[in-house]
Amino acid sequence: MDSLNSLLDGFGTALTPINLLWAAIGVLLGTAIGVLPGIGPAMAVALLLPVTYGLEPTGAFIMFAGIYYGAMFGGSTTSILLNTPGESAAVVAAIEGNPMAKAGRGAQALAAAAIGHFAGGMIGTILLVALAPTVASLAVDIGAPDYFAIMVLAFIAVTSVLGSSRIRGAASLLIGLTIGLVGLDQMTGQQRLTFGSLQLADGIDVVIVAVGLFAIGEALWVAAHLRRAVAEPIPVGRPWLGKADVKRTWKSWLRGPLIGFPFGAIPAGGAEIPTFLSYVTEKRLSRHKEEFGKGAIEGVAGPESAASASAAGTLVSMLTLGLPTTAVAAVMLAAFQQYGIQPGPLLFEREPDLVWGLIASLFVGMVLLLLLNLPLAPLWAKLLRIPRPYLYAGILFFAAVGAYAVGGEALDLVILLVIGLIGFGMRRYGLPVLPAVIGVILGPAAEQQLRRALQISDGSVTGLVNTPFSVTVYAVIVILLAWPWLKKVVMRGRRNVSV
Amino acid sequence: MTTGTETPARRPRSWLREHSEIGVSVLLLLLGVLVLTDALTMDVDITQRGPVGPRTVPVVVGIALLLVAVLLAADVLRGGRGEAEGGEDIDLSEPSDWRTVLLLAGVFLGNAVLIDPLGFPISGALLFWGSAYALGSRHYDRDPLIAAGLSLLTFFVFNNLLGVPLPGGPLMEVL
Repeated sequence: MDSLNSLLDGFGTALTPINLLWAAIGVLLGTAIGVLPGIGPAMAVALLLPVTYGLEPTGAFIMFAGIYYGAMFGGSTTSILLNTPGESAAVVAAIEGNPMAKAGRGAQALAAAAIGHFAGGMIGTILLVALAPTVASLAVDIGAPDYFAIMVLAFIAVTSVLGSSRIRGAASLLIGLTIGLVGLDQMTGQQRLTFGSLQLADGIDVVIVAVGLFAIGEALWVAAHLRRAVAEPIPVGRPWLGKADVKRTWKSWLRGPLIGFPFGAIPAGGAEIPTFLSYVTEKRLSRHKEEFGKGAIEGVAGPESAASASAAGTLVSMLTLGLPTTAVAAVMLAAFQQYGIQPGPLLFEREPDLVWGLIASLFVGMVLLLLLNLPLAPLWAKLLRIPRPYLYAGILFFAAVGAYAVGGEALDLVILLVIGLIGFGMRRYGLPVLPAVIGVILGPAAEQQLRRALQISDGSVTGLVNTPFSVTVYAVIVILLAWPWLKKVVMRGRRNVSV
Repeated sequence: MTTGTETPARRPRSWLREHSEIGVSVLLLLLGVLVLTDALTMDVDITQRGPVGPRTVPVVVGIALLLVAVLLAADVLRGGRGEAEGGEDIDLSEPSDWRTVLLLAGVFLGNAVLIDPLGFPISGALLFWGSAYALGSRHYDRDPLIAAGLSLLTFFVFNNLLGVPLPGGPLMEVL
């Protein structure tokens, strides 16, 4: 019951008027930015990061958590009313939500999504409270070789699970690792890839990389292909649900988190896979199968709940292991690093006020989201009409603010643009962006763990595989790498059986 | 591993245009060479502690870059294509609008040059207006007003309310 007490203390932190205010501002800002078409949660949190720079860490993270959940919620509003999901996880919401909106049931779709987010987030966060301290205490004993193995797993998973091409994923990861190399070597102070520049010796700030790849890259890419005729959003009233709808959806809301939470905790691409799995599950279990594809409310409720719970799952590995499994978590990790805080097993011991305040504020944020968003939905829908030139000009504008705020250097703006152009090229040629961001963030840490592990073992490579934990992780990596071949073998086997 | 569609080109285009993705491969190759050169010219003597020095990881990354560059080129030559990313406001049926991208990059660079001498309120307003213009907005009455308002508001919110310092420039000294 230790974590319950800590959680109560956390509520003490989260419910002070000033932190409540930060949470509310975070939720409102996050929803507003997330609703804007073309802005997914990762870009939203990257753009809003500088807003928190002036705050002390606890307030900053409370606001940040609000932004995260708000942006996720805002994204589903866009999919339902515009049928143009900004990110892969919102695709499923559009499949059923948009036909519902077209049939005049937009209000119900929004309500099913909002309550789904609430239910999924609540269950997910409760699981986070239950599991995170245990995971953290188990992880306290793990050493350098184990950390290195986990990070290699993250690299492999992010390149081979996401996207359609492993080569392109690997190329993206290597670009990120290279950017991460720039600066002084952490252990010897040796200059690497700095070309004698003093400013590059400090390294390239992760925030600049994230904002460059997510915001500038995206804005330039859209600018090159801007749709001249903009899709019209479907007008919508205040969200509500009738009794019949609640009867159909309450089980979906509860099922979603069971699928979403575990997938969020492992490096498997965040909400993309669980939302899809949840959709398939709901379709199979529904008594209204014929409605699927034409606006089945379960198809909105389940996946949205799964997406929200996977966000909580993401936080488990982010807070306890320092391992970001999604783009948003990667940006969040960058935010922690800004304050000189290293997420990991010791975080719960070293910064209990911060962690438990953050977790408590997740609950607070979700209640605020539900209270604010149901009545405000028609207002949010108006944001979808923003003229596109203003929208993308605004993204560039705030990206510039954020990059300049990092260190007050005009040179950072030039670096930002260069990284933005890299992001543009990556989008053009189908290189996924997430591996690059993970590479920048985890690359330097992985190198440090590798060198530490080899120092302990005095240079012997066996020092990397001398714990059961690391051996297990490498086994998982081998399975991941061999998966395409394994799949082929399994498929062939099945075909033979059926013949 | 190949991905994407391997449909034959609808219109006959030059080979190079069709295989422009080779350019990515070349860039990766150059990056790999750069990383390797930097790593191998590093003078590591007394600074090295432990068996793995500051060179090891850059060398591994550099070699991996060369390897991926070759694999990607092979994939492209066998007909693999990276899928261009879609999105809410993206129309991939039209060819890339390079003019807009270059204009935006120019405006953004202009902001980087002007932010210190002119201050954020002015350079930021120019950035917003210039970007909106590049993206096709032609409301000469409304656009500058929105740009100036947004820039001033952002300056005050960040500088005065949130405690994130931005350069005020000559304009703020006058006010």
